[in-house]
Amino acid sequence: MTSELDIFVGNTTLIDEDVYRLWLDGYSVNDAVALRVRSGILEQTGATAGVLQSDTMDHYRTFHMLERLLHAPPKLLHQLIFQIPPSRQALLIERYYTFDEAFVREVLGKKLSKGTKKDLDDISAKTGITLKSCRRQFDNFKRVFKVVEEMRGSLVDNIQQHFLLSDRLARDYAAIVFFANNRFETGKKKLQYLSFGDFAFCAELMIQNWTLGAVGEAPTDPDSQMDDMDVDLDKEFLQDLKELKVLVADKDLLDLHKSLVCAALRGKLGVFSEMETNFKNLSRGLVNVAAKLTHNKDVRDLFVDLVEKFVEPCRSDHWTLNDVRLFLNQYSASVHSLDGFRHQTLWDRYMGTLRGCLLRLYHD
Amino acid sequence: MPGKLKVKIVAGRHLPVMDRASDLTDAFVEVKFGNTTFKTDVYLKSLNPQWNSEWFKFEVDDEDLQDEPLQITVLDHDTYSANDAIGKVYIDIDPLLYSEAATVISGWFPIYDTIHGIRGEINVVVKVDLFNDLNRFRQSSCGVKFFCTTSIPKCYRAVVIHGFVEELVVNEDPEYQWIDRIRTPRASNEARQRLISLMSGELQRKIGLKVLEMRGNAVVGYLQCFDLEGESGLVVRAIGTACTLDKLSSPAAFLPACNSPSKEMKESPLVHPPSHGCRSTHNSPIHTATGSRLTQNFSVSVPTLIYTGMGSGSAGKEGGPFKALLRQQTQAALEQRGGSPHRFCRRREFPFLTLTAFPPGLLVHVGGVVSARSVKLLDRIHNPDEPETRDAWWAEIRQEIKSHAKALGCHAVVGYSESTSICEEVCILSASGTAAVLNPRFLQEGTVEGSLEQRIEENLPVGCGFCHIPYDELNMPFPAHLTYCYNCRKQKVPDVLFTTIDLPTDAVVVGKGCLIQARLCRLKKKAQAEANATAISNLLPFMEYEVHTQLMNKLKLKGMNALFGLRIQITVGENMLMGLASATGVYLAALPTPGGIQIAGKTPNDGSYEQHISHMQKRINDTIAKNKELYEINPPEVSEEIIGSPIPEPRQRSRLLRSQSESSDEVTELDLSHGKKDAFVLEIDDTDAMEDVHSLLTDVPPPSGFYSCNTEIMPGINNWTSEIQMFTSVRVVRLSSLNLTNQALNKNFNGLCENLLKSLYFKLRSMTPCCLCHVNFTVSLPEDELIQVTVTAVAITFDKNQALQTTKAHAEKTLQRASTDNDELLQFPLELCSDSLPAPAFPATKEHLESASSNSGTPAAQRATSVDYSSFADRCSSWIELIKLKAQTIRRGSIKTTVTVEKASPMGDGNFRNRSAPPCASSTVGVVKMTPLSFIPGAKITKYLGIINMFFIRETTSLREEGGVSGFLHAFIAEVFAMVRAHVAALGGNAVVSYIMKQCVFMENPSKNQAQCLINVSGDAVVFVRESDLEAMSTQQSAVNCQTSCPGEVTT
Repeated sequence: MTSELDIFVGNTTLIDEDVYRLWLDGYSVNDAVALRVRSGILEQTGATAGVLQSDTMDHYRTFHMLERLLHAPPKLLHQLIFQIPPSRQALLIERYYTFDEAFVREVLGKKLSKGTKKDLDDISAKTGITLKSCRRQFDNFKRVFKVVEEMRGSLVDNIQQHFLLSDRLARDYAAIVFFANNRFETGKKKLQYLSFGDFAFCAELMIQNWTLGAVGEAPTDPDSQMDDMDVDLDKEFLQDLKELKVLVADKDLLDLHKSLVCAALRGKLGVFSEMETNFKNLSRGLVNVAAKLTHNKDVRDLFVDLVEKFVEPCRSDHWTLNDVRLFLNQYSASVHSLDGFRHQTLWDRYMGTLRGCLLRLYHD
Repeated sequence: MPGKLKVKIVAGRHLPVMDRASDLTDAFVEVKFGNTTFKTDVYLKSLNPQWNSEWFKFEVDDEDLQDEPLQITVLDHDTYSANDAIGKVYIDIDPLLYSEAATVISGWFPIYDTIHGIRGEINVVVKVDLFNDLNRFRQSSCGVKFFCTTSIPKCYRAVVIHGFVEELVVNEDPEYQWIDRIRTPRASNEARQRLISLMSGELQRKIGLKVLEMRGNAVVGYLQCFDLEGESGLVVRAIGTACTLDKLSSPAAFLPACNSPSKEMKESPLVHPPSHGCRSTHNSPIHTATGSRLTQNFSVSVPTLIYTGMGSGSAGKEGGPFKALLRQQTQAALEQRGGSPHRFCRRREFPFLTLTAFPPGLLVHVGGVVSARSVKLLDRIHNPDEPETRDAWWAEIRQEIKSHAKALGCHAVVGYSESTSICEEVCILSASGTAAVLNPRFLQEGTVEGSLEQRIEENLPVGCGFCHIPYDELNMPFPAHLTYCYNCRKQKVPDVLFTTIDLPTDAVVVGKGCLIQARLCRLKKKAQAEANATAISNLLPFMEYEVHTQLMNKLKLKGMNALFGLRIQITVGENMLMGLASATGVYLAALPTPGGIQIAGKTPNDGSYEQHISHMQKRINDTIAKNKELYEINPPEVSEEIIGSPIPEPRQRSRLLRSQSESSDEVTELDLSHGKKDAFVLEIDDTDAMEDVHSLLTDVPPPSGFYSCNTEIMPGINNWTSEIQMFTSVRVVRLSSLNLTNQALNKNFNGLCENLLKSLYFKLRSMTPCCLCHVNFTVSLPEDELIQVTVTAVAITFDKNQALQTTKAHAEKTLQRASTDNDELLQFPLELCSDSLPAPAFPATKEHLESASSNSGTPAAQRATSVDYSSFADRCSSWIELIKLKAQTIRRGSIKTTVTVEKASPMGDGNFRNRSAPPCASSTVGVVKMTPLSFIPGAKITKYLGIINMFFIRETTSLREEGGVSGFLHAFIAEVFAMVRAHVAALGGNAVVSYIMKQCVFMENPSKNQAQCLINVSGDAVVFVRESDLEAMSTQQSAVNCQTSCPGEVTT
């Protein structure tokens, strides 16, 4: 006696959270059944393996049917086929778009293209996440990217509106989209210690301060094909950053800057002498990063540069996070006292964000 | 020109991409009613078109309004080639024709295609203006309300219950027409959907006419079914109970506004048939003229002329009188004398009610289950000389049912239903019901002024009256063990009671009930035509017998003494017959404690064998004890003195029972002496019997926290909370074809059903404590080795803590009452006589006399019955014969019945925990609940919006791509639910009650990657208000109405 057909359809669609998780994690029905058996559910409920198999199949079929709708979450809200309570709808969407930390670190900053998709096999092997799950996550990134890339207005709001994600998840996706669009390099070995959260934090700061949308200068002609407001860095701003070069190129200015910083921090810094000796190198590093951002290649290497030019030197001298904070605060503030320097606002826009990023990046 | 139908197409959304190049669609809509079609403009390049059309107006007869569905087709405009159809929406506008139902249909409807399923949605507004034409009801029956609910709908009061109405309509199945070879599957499916929609409309209209003739205004317990007879045609038939209902809030009784036209019809039957004869009713001999029928039913080019066309003309003249004649003949045969007015004949013919729950006081006594089956060969060719074949078949069966009821001393049959099972050209017709004695005062016309409730006031409730035997103790139709009622001690009751109705609300029950199923398979040789029919007829009595034995044994095993909601389904396949009986077992306090089950071995001298037997016996006894604990069956101890009255047999019996529990040795001894007589001794004389006993013990009780029943409410639970989950589950298994035996089949089938139940319990585990109510199993045999089981039920949560208290209180109350009303026995016969004589409704006295006289004759015949099945050439035995063999049910009656003071609320009087989900603020789709029950726990139904009766076909030629058979059917059922919900929401409703999936015919051809499925569902669309909300805003009723009646605004 073999079962040809076996279905269960409820007027309210039954969603089993545990099975949903297994499905999202890309397990096959048989693997999922095995995992459920291991969870001890048979003992708890007195069910048989056959019942579990049939139940799992049912849920998988339902999820498979729902997947099409999950690709455009507003559709899930308006569709008539599955009657699902709103709280459950929200859960379905949120979980579907949730991604694995290990996976996102592999893909962050990469072009979301077919080429990358081919690498998913390797990522799957490396991270231990099933290929199916990798595909779903990758496709989610790509889908969100495609939808919001050309859109005006706040990136987070756009994502929230079109994918009905929670605020937290929408912010993460904003970071992913931002990184993918600007192709920031995150995969280098020296960046491995950074978490997705670190990058997402930086992305948020950069979106807030360095994009066109950040300055609130909406293009005068709304139809003009200007850069997207939140996704692309403000080109003009990057161009202007060249002006900061004077801070290291002008020997007097550099010396004055150093003396101001040293005067203010003397006695307050645990690593004062190291700071004093390294000041010029550090300052050169930070300013040169700014000056190079006109080239796309250098934009991509932003995080590599920051780690190489600032984080690593400080770390090798055993700066504490507090030392870094005090230094960066003073370093940015002192520029205001440099009489010969005329780009105060530009400096603040640059350094304000960079300071935040560096503090976040400075850890083991 | 009595009506104007107005339709507005507002918008579409989520349309499929029809133009691959642009990834967009140029959609427009065709709106068709009858032969008139309107089109909207093409909305270019959008998947969410905003047509905002003008109002399309159709000026039509109200007859058409009842028959025709509104057909909306969404198409993709194509400049160079034919326009592609995206899908269709059929809207039944019948609900707009009742005065109290919906006033507008407005909302998002899924656009459905029989090949692709749901493809987007369309927003439509439909209104009807009925003109105040005096001739309004001439041919139509607008205004007659239909309810699927098998009890008096919650917000109505029954003024008169008129009785049985039935009708059937036949046509050729489009799937089997020659044209089907050249048209696309889509065209064929759509032709079928449309035809069935038309036939349903016509059938409903005709039933409505009959109701008007009887001066009723509603049909309750309306059950419409399709018989797909293959090449011999398509039969749509319906039965129901005609009533005059009165809306509870309105002060005056609503009388049908149609007296004169109905009379007119009655007087001139020649005029009547032409009005619908043309629609290929069964009674028009013109049917066989295939060509002309085609045009009549499908042509869009031939307009209304068909109504007066040649087809119907001749049909009318011949068919009409013929039918009338036939009626008269049957009537005469039915011992009807005296010039009874024509309009009562139908009711007199068959005093059947399709109701399963009754207004207090109506049900006086219950006799037992009566059923009849008949095996018929479908005629391949429509025989033009015998257009009434199907009608005659059913009439024959009903006749038999009626005579069975009479033999039980009953003049009526309640909880009546009919069904068919078809395999190739063989068809089994089945009918079953519960023989009953009804209070004739409810069925009289004329005394309209008093409501039912008022009329029965004088009878004080007891809660056991319905159990009392209706027949004469001295002339029992079959051997039965009678005792005095354990409740009132005044009347006789049988030891076991089987019924097809719901448990009366006032019945005193001990403990909880449970679902009891008997399952059975029988192999049969493949055969053709008559040989096949004969083989089936020969098998049927044995199957019925075994089903009955199984039921009885399982009931004993549960320690219970009565079955409610009994439904026995016999399914015929190519090489086997399947029997599935479902019922809800309960322990009725009025009936005696059931005895145990004893096992008797054939060879008592063999020591090891005896040991084995006693081991079995111990297991059975343990199971009974366990079940009693599980279902909380601890009836109050009854002292000998109280029972100890004159009937010797019951005493002997009770003694025997007591001895059972003592020791197994003694038991064996007793067995031997009583083995031949006692129905509850299982003789193990061969391995088959051993298997049977084993299978008894394999039924696993539901896991803790779960109860199940197939009746409306679970006996013993009355504190429902508001969470409900309706579901449908379908399983198809393929039997391994290697030398199948009956035992192997039985085991497989048992396993299938048990596993299905286990799966349900597992799936719904998060709802515990909960009860599966109205569990409805349907078995079909789609192919040689395939068994399909379909289950629809609803899981309802309940509050565990309050259950016990309320039942106890109730039981105590009734016991107290029982002691107070003892003396009215003698009055009863007189009362009944005086009441029933003037009543034209049920010639109760006459039948009583007759049954008394015939009863005196029957016992002799019965004694000889043993197993004389040779007389069942093409007809199978009915329950009653079997009942004669086995000790069954019965009682004799007092007219006492219980009126519960509280308004028969199945939710009981406990507090409800409101567990409903938070309101869906963010979602734009309103929640529509669906339930097979007639009520919604924790809520009050405020309005009935009309009947939902939908038929869908889905077909695929890419089965694998759609996830195989499971994926295909899962999606289809989900779509059907969605379409039902959308229709209800558009009517302004928020729930479907009495929902039933009447048909789910699934056919597959995996090698061709194809599958097809037909589904027919029905129910009542309603508006309900949560009781908690009701209290909170009792003064703001208007706000609720407004909110619920304008879902269109909510969703746009």
